[in-house]
Amino acid sequence: MTSPALGRSTATRSTASMRHRLAERGIDTSLLMLVPALIFALALFVYPFTYGIGLTLQPSAATQEKWGGGAFSNYVAFFKDSFVSDSVWLTMRLALPAALFNVLASIPMAFKLRHRFRGKKFLTTLLVLPITLGTVLTAQGLLIFAGRQGWLNRFLMQIGVIDQPLALVNNYLGVMFSLVISGFPFAFLLISSYLSGIDPSIEAAAKTMGADWKQRFRRIILPLLAPGLATTFILTFVLAFSVFPSARLVGDAMGSTRVMALMAYRAFGEQIDYPMASTIAIMMGVIELVVITAVLLWRSFLYKGSTGGKG
Amino acid sequence: MTAKTDTSGAHGVGSPPPTPTKKRSGARAPGERSLAASPTTWFVWAGTAAFFIFLIGILVSVVVDSLGKSWFNTWLPESFSKDWYSNAWGQFEMTHIIGVTLIVAVVVIVISVLVGVPAAYLLARRNFPFKKTVTLLFLLPVLMPPITYGIPLATVMYNIGLGRTLTAVILVNLVPSIPFVIMTMTPFIEQINPTIESAARMSGASMRRVFTKILMPLLIPGILAASILVLVRTVGMFDLTFLVSGPQSDTLVVAIYRAMTAAGGGEARQLISSMAVIYTLTMMVILIVALRFVSPTQLVARVKESRED
Amino acid sequence: MAIAASKFESLELQGVGRSFGGIDALVDLNLTVRAGEFIALLGPSGCGKSTALNCLAGLLPLTHGQILIDGKRVDTVAAENRGFGMVFQNYALFPHLTVEKNIAFGLQMRNVPKPEVKSRVAEAIALVKLEEHAKKLPGQLSGGQQQRVAIARAVVMEPRLVLMDEPLSNLDAKLRLEMRTEIRRLHQSLGLTTLYVTHDQEEALSMADRLVVLREGRVQQIGTPEDLHNNPANWRVADFMGYRNLLDLDVTAVKGSAVTLQGEGFTLRGTAVLPVTVGDKARAAIRPEDLVVVSPAEPVRGGNTMAATVSVVEYHGREFAVGVTSPSGRGLHVHSDHAPAIGSTVELTADPGRVLVYQADAIDVEKLSVEERELAEVRG
Repeated sequence: MTSPALGRSTATRSTASMRHRLAERGIDTSLLMLVPALIFALALFVYPFTYGIGLTLQPSAATQEKWGGGAFSNYVAFFKDSFVSDSVWLTMRLALPAALFNVLASIPMAFKLRHRFRGKKFLTTLLVLPITLGTVLTAQGLLIFAGRQGWLNRFLMQIGVIDQPLALVNNYLGVMFSLVISGFPFAFLLISSYLSGIDPSIEAAAKTMGADWKQRFRRIILPLLAPGLATTFILTFVLAFSVFPSARLVGDAMGSTRVMALMAYRAFGEQIDYPMASTIAIMMGVIELVVITAVLLWRSFLYKGSTGGKG
Repeated sequence: MTAKTDTSGAHGVGSPPPTPTKKRSGARAPGERSLAASPTTWFVWAGTAAFFIFLIGILVSVVVDSLGKSWFNTWLPESFSKDWYSNAWGQFEMTHIIGVTLIVAVVVIVISVLVGVPAAYLLARRNFPFKKTVTLLFLLPVLMPPITYGIPLATVMYNIGLGRTLTAVILVNLVPSIPFVIMTMTPFIEQINPTIESAARMSGASMRRVFTKILMPLLIPGILAASILVLVRTVGMFDLTFLVSGPQSDTLVVAIYRAMTAAGGGEARQLISSMAVIYTLTMMVILIVALRFVSPTQLVARVKESRED
Repeated sequence: MAIAASKFESLELQGVGRSFGGIDALVDLNLTVRAGEFIALLGPSGCGKSTALNCLAGLLPLTHGQILIDGKRVDTVAAENRGFGMVFQNYALFPHLTVEKNIAFGLQMRNVPKPEVKSRVAEAIALVKLEEHAKKLPGQLSGGQQQRVAIARAVVMEPRLVLMDEPLSNLDAKLRLEMRTEIRRLHQSLGLTTLYVTHDQEEALSMADRLVVLREGRVQQIGTPEDLHNNPANWRVADFMGYRNLLDLDVTAVKGSAVTLQGEGFTLRGTAVLPVTVGDKARAAIRPEDLVVVSPAEPVRGGNTMAATVSVVEYHGREFAVGVTSPSGRGLHVHSDHAPAIGSTVELTADPGRVLVYQADAIDVEKLSVEERELAEVRG
């Protein structure tokens, strides 16, 4: 017979069929819709990636001979060969300032342009332009426009600001320009949409409570925008860190803009040293991950909440 | 009822005479500075101007270059000709290259949508075991630099003999595109009221009909937006394609890069410029078609929503 | 009470108007508010009430007129310097600050010393009974709690004027009733001059000292709740105030303010609000409560009798709301102390003093607001 209830009663166990019990937990035939995507992800991403990691531990005979270290020879070479390890610092030297600039310059722009005004759509369309032109075209254009004979230098010399043409391409500056041209519109559009996600009545409330625009910005808008800024920085940084063709086309590929991507390609396509190439590629991912984690940690110390409206 | 107030100045000493009928501009709240006033504004406009000067300068330089017979020391080329274009077309088999680029783009879009949309639907509507892991799995390729997974992937391609083939180019471009479609479509599907599907089922529609008659029409705008983004990314994608392509399977960007970096100082600059202009025109046409369906901020804002976590 | 109003003598809105983008959102608002008054701005959506409030707050500029406090112009002062407190419809709490910090914000903006901030905030929290939620974030609060934070945040600054923009419209019905009493209680104990925007006439009637009824940007009537309830100035205000029975009839006799009307199968005696002449088309407005089914307990009033057929009966506790159809097919809403049989014929009566007669003006379909158009469609 039934035993008496002992204080808190336990929920009755489900007597439904197996199919229903599985469905409760989200498992039914419709999960099959996920399978093709999973297959692609596993075959084209997970497998090659793990294979690549494995490859890094199978250094070629030449590398082993030169650097020692057995299975970890590739990593030894990575850190000890200054030609390669310097590329980490060189890439950072480009990516961090570029990302910072893109994000910081976007903030005042996004603010000034957030209200409706005539031609706003036109301006926004113009800003999307560089994203579509791509790095290769931008590189070619920079070489011509900002080269020693280009219009920019000619103009500056004509109006007497300089007497010698400035070296704006085939060096650090050239790559920097390229990164800003392709990265700034992206950062601007992202930050604009984060900004517009802040409920305007919150600002109105702050106004009625006596806050002038500086106080509103510092105490209300900035804290609410900060998470979005962090995300934008991460995305812009990833783009900048992966710089590849521009570093070769408008940079100094063997010198001051010897970025990691170039080093990886050199190992892959020129030296046909697949293990080393994978090593450099993996290290790129690792370093990026470190930066991203640092930013995310910083972001999680900020306010946790939505960007506006009622709860 | 309403008392008509006496406006003939019968107020305290020191108050300005009332002017109840003066009409004033309705655009700014009292105390707000106008758009043209502060120093930050000047900085912003100056920055924007500089940016656009560079942008337009770059574009125009390339176009002028491609049309000039020879151009080295002067403001403008001495003479103009369209020869570079025909050169480029002949020497580089432009038709073939553009064809390859478009085929790759279309195939990548079709596969990404066919594979990605159902997956996005599940992620948006259902909770299932390991959902977080699966989401992370789809998020990773979009967050990583293409080189990081591209090089191992290219190695595998070469190992199984697919190096320098069209298939390889398509396959490598799928890696970021499928997750991209998933990440873009998931929030899109989430914002479609789920009770619509329940309503359809109560009216007798089977799951398949709910999908085809109710969901698909609502998803089309999202799919179009996602497709356009994938298109732009694939046509402009350099890193991945470069790693696995060869002369027969180069896309336009890769072909231009090879031309610029060919041994012996690269091809003639004007030749490259003409190829670059052809590339830009192709992109422009694609975008003009695209912008008829979606607005520009949607192109990036979608990405923002999907990367919110 | 330590929170007391900073006093002023009078607030005057003179010819206040705002036009933007070719639309007149607000036209010629003239209002004098005495210190401590609770004024409700009432009207359908789009009538300009929120515009008026936002202009008063300084969030929107005026295109005409001016606003004066004790004779000094206020409309040229920036919003952050006006010293008004405002409660927004969606509360607009700062999502990243706790309840305490939200409330303290305005005091910090005015550089009030820290110990004083602390004590005033504690007082305000106690006033709205949120002590145990003081350290929570807005996202962790319910709608009603958020609303109370919004109110505390506005009153803690001891503003000379409190502005409320439909603060209760996002709450569920029961909570709304409770909060109505709360706001009224706060007003009575703090004595803060309040301007309150709402589209709910019941709410306005129960809370305000005076009401301003607006429509399409123009003032229709300003008066006490009693004025508006019993003597609406025109048929639109009457309609808005719950005079659900609006009949278009012909004037057959006029004697002073007593008029006789005919139409829809009735002869009615009523009272003219504005003068009409014989032969005019008039609109008679009668409250459902004033139009009753004749019964032993409800004898005929003022000689008014009308026959009608019963179509719907609703139970309302102490009485019944009955829907009837006139001989001409017009639907009427009446009250009855008993439940008549559906389909039966009953006799209706109404006191001529409660049959208000207005001039019938043409209804411009183009200018109807969305709600009015929907109502017209449903009424048939």
